[in-house]
Amino acid sequence: MAERRRITVKVNGVEYEREVDPKRLLVDFLRDDLELIGTHVGCEHGFCGACTVLLNGRSIRSCLMFAVQADGAEIMTVEGLAEDGKLHPLQEAFREHHALQCGFCTPGMLIVTYELLKENPDPTEEEIRLAVAGVLCRCTGYKQIVDAVMAAAPKMRGK
Amino acid sequence: MKPSAFEYYTASTVAEAIDLLERYEDEAKIIAGGQSLVPMMNFRVAQPEVLIDINGIKELDYIRQEDDEIVIGALTRETDLELSPLVQERCPILLKAVSLIGHASIRNRGTIGGSLVHADPAAEIPVAIYGLDAKMRVVGPSGERTLEPEEFFLSYLTTSLEPSEILVEVRIPVLPQKTGWSFVELTRRRGDFYIVAVASILFMEKGGVCKEARISVGGVGPTPIRAEEAEELLAGQVITDELIKKAGQKAAEAADPESDYHASAEYRRDMTRVFVQRGLTEARNTAKGG
Repeated sequence: MAERRRITVKVNGVEYEREVDPKRLLVDFLRDDLELIGTHVGCEHGFCGACTVLLNGRSIRSCLMFAVQADGAEIMTVEGLAEDGKLHPLQEAFREHHALQCGFCTPGMLIVTYELLKENPDPTEEEIRLAVAGVLCRCTGYKQIVDAVMAAAPKMRGK
Repeated sequence: MKPSAFEYYTASTVAEAIDLLERYEDEAKIIAGGQSLVPMMNFRVAQPEVLIDINGIKELDYIRQEDDEIVIGALTRETDLELSPLVQERCPILLKAVSLIGHASIRNRGTIGGSLVHADPAAEIPVAIYGLDAKMRVVGPSGERTLEPEEFFLSYLTTSLEPSEILVEVRIPVLPQKTGWSFVELTRRRGDFYIVAVASILFMEKGGVCKEARISVGGVGPTPIRAEEAEELLAGQVITDELIKKAGQKAAEAADPESDYHASAEYRRDMTRVFVQRGLTEARNTAKGG
């Protein structure tokens, strides 16, 4: 049995200290150890994008990283978007435009589009499509997601 | 699935990583970006007993120019290659190749060294490296070696690295101004592993004559190949549509692909012809425009 490691991570601004088995995937750590179940586990091999979170400001697939590797890192999950019980403008836009049905991919969609808008506040439709291409959605056909991100962009610029 | 258990070590210098590799040899695997290794571990295709995490080796994360070479540390993230003004200006073919890897979240983690060492026959960076004639600098307990692409890549997922050696740096010759280049690939969906990828480089001289041509093709064998007969056909010539057509045919003849789940051998060979022709046309146009 591999030796457990003590790690400290900041998730959505809150610091956590936990012991982990080295083989613990970051996504399982977030969901099962920290009980932040907004992040979803899909394919577990980096294909579907449902588990996407921000690690030190950049989107990553939390099924392709071990929790022990995140020691000292700052993570943002989908739970970090809303502030004081108020949905983030991007979440509002997803609701407004019916950008989700089953909701399984939504945490990944929100994180990659949040990253996109942070880096590129006025994206073209093509750029949005490129960003969401890495997250699989089997319900919406992507159109509503693209519409939601187009609608959220000016609101986030004005924020 | 979940990975099997392993001992986890971190290295903060190359020397530490080599020490750990010497101690555990074949039981150990280095983890850099982990974008290929972790899926394999999750599937339990790979079950290393020891994982050596090199993400803390800051000395391996750099992009700089030294004389007429772009020199890149093995731990440099693919996203950082895309964002580098030096790569954008002096090595745009690598930028193009990298931009076609997976999706942004993969490139945020994946490293240039990891892609090379993993030696996936459907990876973009090795194809660019073959075309650019880049060199890989590897370090082990008994010193360092510098390897050409043909020496570095041996087969599917196999390089000539010894069990206790580590790739530390990639050295890419800067292309002269007005060199024509392109990187094109065939994928069924954006971000998928390619069926065929082609890097083309046309070194030009006065009068619109191509002095030397390089064509490397991925997806048609265990490692990328250089389409040498096609390259020879173009050397010393003004690149006409007719020549490009012939070069595509020569490259297809040089390809020896196998059939798999994604594409038959015949399809891969024919797409080699098509994508070499498209790639050369694009390269010729950038040479004119550049």
